[in-house]
Amino acid sequence: MILFERVTKRYRNGREALRAATFSIDRGEMVFLTGRSGAGKSTVLKLIALLERPTRGSIVVNGQNLGTLKSGQLPAYRRTLGVVFQEHRLLDDRPVFDNVALPLVVAGSAPAEMDKRVRAALDQVGLLGKERMLPNELSVGEQQRVGIARAVVAKPSVLIADEPTGNLDPGLALEVMKLFKRFQDVGVTVIVATHDLHVVHEFGQRTIVLDDGQVLGSADAPLPSMTATR
Amino acid sequence: MIAGYLTHHAQALLGSIGRLARAPLATALTVLVIGLALALPLALALFVTNAMNATGGFTGAVDVSVYFKPEIAIARVQQLAQNTRARAGVAAVQVISSAEALMEFRQYSGFGTALQALGSNPLPNVLHVRPAPQASGSADLDALKHYLAAWPEVDVVQVDSEWVLRFNAILDLLRRVLGIAAILLGAGVLAVVGNTIRLEIQGRRTEIEVIRLVGGSSGFVRRPFLYTGTLYGLAGAVLAWALNGIAVLVLRAPVATLAQLYGSRYTLAGPGPREIGLTLAAGVVLGWLGAWLAAARHLRGIEPRA
Repeated sequence: MILFERVTKRYRNGREALRAATFSIDRGEMVFLTGRSGAGKSTVLKLIALLERPTRGSIVVNGQNLGTLKSGQLPAYRRTLGVVFQEHRLLDDRPVFDNVALPLVVAGSAPAEMDKRVRAALDQVGLLGKERMLPNELSVGEQQRVGIARAVVAKPSVLIADEPTGNLDPGLALEVMKLFKRFQDVGVTVIVATHDLHVVHEFGQRTIVLDDGQVLGSADAPLPSMTATR
Repeated sequence: MIAGYLTHHAQALLGSIGRLARAPLATALTVLVIGLALALPLALALFVTNAMNATGGFTGAVDVSVYFKPEIAIARVQQLAQNTRARAGVAAVQVISSAEALMEFRQYSGFGTALQALGSNPLPNVLHVRPAPQASGSADLDALKHYLAAWPEVDVVQVDSEWVLRFNAILDLLRRVLGIAAILLGAGVLAVVGNTIRLEIQGRRTEIEVIRLVGGSSGFVRRPFLYTGTLYGLAGAVLAWALNGIAVLVLRAPVATLAQLYGSRYTLAGPGPREIGLTLAAGVVLGWLGAWLAAARHLRGIEPRA
């Protein structure tokens, strides 16, 4: 379970990206975070991944209060997460296999286990057979799927994705979302920050709507007010 | 888990070797700078060793000559020699009777005929006392001199040590110069390795961010850079050893020729196992430390961006 309790985040430039945000996400749930640009969606994900610390309030992820997490515990915590970005953040000088294997290398997995898991993850995203290719030899959609394979290869309990379909055409966007849904089906908590309401409507998952750093509401479908922001 | 850990070490090592091999010119220049910095102290150390060898180890060859009054009988001199041998810090005592001294003087001085004209032997009985090497310091020699001079039978005690003390002082000075050079050049190696690693960290910033994002610990992120620094240090040390070895090979023949002209069979000594071991160890430690300092300083600020 992920619990945000009156979380405020003020950046150094004084901008308040999140203001007393309170919401919860159940274990194994898939949730969309929506809102216009600058609403605070990315900040929520940064706070979950501990790329940023909250200015006020508390965040609990799977029973772990992130405020009490020491810097030495951060790597182990991050290994329980899978993170997908709009820019895939792949290492261009390494083949697909090495990119996907990175979380397993970091976790100290044995080579045989690594091989098995990487192939399984690539199979899940439909890229089995392309493990020797370099990222820049793949299409944008394939690169995004390599990023997703890297995010799920270590079997994280929480998968967070920041605008994962931003660079994709509608068909590919739906494919990527179907992948996320499949991960949710096997018990992974999935949080997707997106302003693509077409995708949100298509999947009918719970949606948390943010506006100007505040939680406007939470519903099983996008709030009517959000339709206007698209 | 252990297999994975060891695998990662092997991967980090091989990755570092690969990165160094992919930039041969930059690697060669860095190794050359480190090699030269390590070669200079090694050359100085070899110079000191060779200087000691060339002088036949006479740094500890201090003799104390004890001249007895003419009326003292040889039997009494023998007795005092016995007492001296029993004293701590004395390596050897030789008795030269006045008769032996006269015979030797006749033989080697060329004044044989003139000496025959003398009515009596003018030379005294003498003791040659050689202190043990560990008791050849200035204070030890003073103490020994006072001990011997205190005997009423003794006329003069002469310590033949001044030139040895000067030579020891020169060697001591050289050793200190060697120490200072080693510290300064070692600091230079740290700076060279540190700067090289800093540039490498900057060039791999994206990779470091991604590794941190997927849960790589600081140790994991630091490891490849430590291997790179260690490899730089090791390669530099091997180069320093090679440079000194080549220099010794080039100089050995002319030095031997020069020594022969002075009636010596001395040959120039190259780096021995001790010097080689110390140079390699210094290279590895300095390379590792330079990399560690750079990594600790520059990796701290790199966190994943969202």
